[in-house]
Amino acid sequence: MAQSTPSARPSQLFRNLNSKIASIPMIFVALVIFLGGSVWTVVYSFTNSRLLPRTNFVGLDQYERLWASARWIVSIQNLAIYGILSLIFSLVVGFVLAALMDQKIRFENVFRSIFLYPFALSFIVTGLVWQWILNPEFGIQAIVRSLGWETFEFNPVYDPDIVIYGILIAGLWQGTGLVMCLMLAGLRGIDEDIWKASRVDGIPMWRTYIFIVIPMMRPVFVTTLVIIGAGIVKLYDLVVAQTSGGPGNSSEVPAKYVYDYMFQAQNLGQGFAASTMMLLTVAIIIIPWAYLEFGGRKRG
Amino acid sequence: MRIRAFAAVMAATVALPCIVQAADLEVTHWWTSGGEAAAVKELANAFNATGNKWVDGAIAGSGSTARPIMISRITGGDPMGATQFNHGRQAEELVQSGLMRDLSEVAEKGKWKEVIKPASLLDSCTFEGKIYCAPVNIHSWQWLWLSNAAFEKAGVPVPKDWNEFVAAAPKLKEAGIQPLALGGQPWQANNLFDALALSLGGKELFEKVYKDKDEEAAAGPEMAKIFAAAVQARELAKGNNVQDWNQATNLVITGKAGGQIMGDWAQGEFQQAGQTAGKEYTCLAGLGLNEVLATGGDAIYFPLLKDEAKIKAQDALAETIVDPKVQVAFNLKKGSVPIRGDVDMASANDCMKQGIAIIAKGGTTTSVDQLVTADTQKQKEDLMAEFFSKEMTPEAAQERFAEIIGSAD
Repeated sequence: MAQSTPSARPSQLFRNLNSKIASIPMIFVALVIFLGGSVWTVVYSFTNSRLLPRTNFVGLDQYERLWASARWIVSIQNLAIYGILSLIFSLVVGFVLAALMDQKIRFENVFRSIFLYPFALSFIVTGLVWQWILNPEFGIQAIVRSLGWETFEFNPVYDPDIVIYGILIAGLWQGTGLVMCLMLAGLRGIDEDIWKASRVDGIPMWRTYIFIVIPMMRPVFVTTLVIIGAGIVKLYDLVVAQTSGGPGNSSEVPAKYVYDYMFQAQNLGQGFAASTMMLLTVAIIIIPWAYLEFGGRKRG
Repeated sequence: MRIRAFAAVMAATVALPCIVQAADLEVTHWWTSGGEAAAVKELANAFNATGNKWVDGAIAGSGSTARPIMISRITGGDPMGATQFNHGRQAEELVQSGLMRDLSEVAEKGKWKEVIKPASLLDSCTFEGKIYCAPVNIHSWQWLWLSNAAFEKAGVPVPKDWNEFVAAAPKLKEAGIQPLALGGQPWQANNLFDALALSLGGKELFEKVYKDKDEEAAAGPEMAKIFAAAVQARELAKGNNVQDWNQATNLVITGKAGGQIMGDWAQGEFQQAGQTAGKEYTCLAGLGLNEVLATGGDAIYFPLLKDEAKIKAQDALAETIVDPKVQVAFNLKKGSVPIRGDVDMASANDCMKQGIAIIAKGGTTTSVDQLVTADTQKQKEDLMAEFFSKEMTPEAAQERFAEIIGSAD
C-alpha cells in the first residue's frame, strides 16, 4: 500500500503520454501566439509607438486620446447597436425558422439550403451585394418608386442616422441561416416522447416550445451565443465592403478603428490601445459568465 | 539518357533565372486610374530600355489601401525593389530605422541638388544629410475643375474663381446639376479643406497652422472663415453618392456636376476622356483666388536590398526617374508638373502650363503631407469625414481642428 502511492504519482503525469505530446504544438501556439501576442499588445499600448514598435512609455496617454476621439465613441455606439440587435434578431428569427422547419414540412431540404446559402458567401460579397440592393438609385427604393409609390424613402446606406441598420440587415441575412441550422439540430435532439407527453397533458405547442424545449436546448443556445458573439466583436469586413465606414464616420466599428490607426495613420500605440479596449470589453462579458457557468457547476 | 536530359533542363530552369535575375525589379505603386496607368507605362518603358525589367506591382484602391501593404512588406522582411510614397513623412520612420537605401551617390552624379526644383522636394527626401528618395512629380491640390457644358446648361458664364462658383451654384441646382462633386472617401474631404485653407486663407495662414502648428491661429477668426467656406462646400456637395475620386471627376467630365476640387492628377482623366482645357472643361489654379500651390507629389523610395544586381537596377531606376526625357513623358500623361525646371514642357496643355508658370514664379508652399505626420492627417480625415457628412457646426469642428493641430508634432 505504502509503495503504491508514490508510484501512482508519476503515472499521472505520463498517462496518455502520446496525446500529451501531440497537444504540445497547440499548447505552444496558444501560449505564445494568443496569450503572448495579447500581452505584447497590451504592453505596447502604453508606449508612443508610431510606425514601428518602440518602448517609450507614456502612461495612459493613448487611452486618454482614444476616449476623447469622436470616432471611437461612434464606433462603440455602433457596435452596441449592432451587437444587441443582431443577437436578439438572429436568435429569435433563427429559432422561429427552425421551429417552422421542424413541423415535418415538405421540401425541408430545399428550404434549409435556401436559408443556409447566404452563409456560404463571405462578408465582403455580402457587403457588396447589399450595397447594391440598398442603393437608392438601383435598389429597393428605386423598385418601390417605379411601382408607383413616388415618395417612398429607404436609403440606409447614405443616411448617417440609420446606416448601421443597413449593415445589420446584411449581417442578419448572412448569419441567420447558420443559427437556424444549429437550432434545428438542437430541436431534432429533443426526444419524441417529450412531445407525446406534452400532447397527452394538453399543453399548447407554443408553451411546450417556450417552457420545455428551449430550457432543454441550453447547450445549443450557449454554442450559438458564442458563435454570434465572436461574429459581432470582429465585425470589420462587412462594414469595409458595404460602406467603408461612411457616410463620414457614421458606420465605423472598433475593429476598423484599430486597423486604420495601426496601418493608415502609422500609429501603433493608438491602435493597440483600441484593441486592448476591445479585449477588455470581451473579458468583462466573458469572465462573469464563465464564473457562473463553470464555478457554479462545481459547487452543485 | 532521357533522365539526364530532363535533369539538365531542370537544372537550366533553376540556373537561368540566376543569370538574368539581374534585371527584375518589382515596383509597387497605387497609380491605377486611366491617366496614371498610362504614365506608369512611360516610366516602365524607359526603365526597361536600360536593360532591366520593370515588374509592375500596382495596388488598387488609393494610397490609404496601398501604403499599409507596402509598409508591412518592408518591415516584414519581404521588401520590393522600389516603392512609391507621397513626398513627406509617410516613410519617415522607415528611413530612420535604416530600412531604406541611401541614394546620395546617384544624386550627386545626377546633380539632383541643382536640377530639382523646388528644393523642398529634395529636402523631404533628406535625412541626416543623405538622400533617400527620388522625386517623381509635383502635384498640387488647389485646383477647381469645371464642366463648361454644365454651366452652359444652367445659363450662367463659367466662373473665374471659387466665390463666383458658389454664387452660380443655385442656378446649377435649378438645372438639375450637382454643383460640387466630392467622393465619399475621407481623404478627399480632408484635402478639399486644405485646398480651401490655402486658397482662401493665403500662404501666411496656411503655414502658421500647418507648419508652425499654431493652435491659436487654428482656433482664430481667420480659420473660422475657412470653416464657413467649408460649410458652403458641404451644402454644394450634398447628394453625392460616389466613392472614388475619379468617379467624382467623371461626373464633371459628363456634365452631371458643375465642378470638383481635386489635385492636378484629375487632368489625366479629362485627357483620357478626350477633352481639352478651355473647350470642354476649365481649370482654376489656386481656386482662381490665390496663385500659390502646395507642392506635394510622389517619390520613389528604395528599400535596402542585399542582392548586388538588384542594387544596380535600383540605381538605374533612380537615374531613369530624374532623366529629363522621362520626366516630360511621364508628367504629360500624369497631368503633373516635372520636378526639374530645365525641361521643355511646350507640349503641355493650358492647365499644366498654368501650374508650371506659378511654380516658376515661386508661388509655392510645402504640402500638408510633408508638414504633418500620417497620424495627424488621419485625425483630420476623421474630423472632415464627420463634418462633411453630418450637420456639424463649424464652431464645433474648428474647436476639434485646433486640438488636433495643437497636439501635432
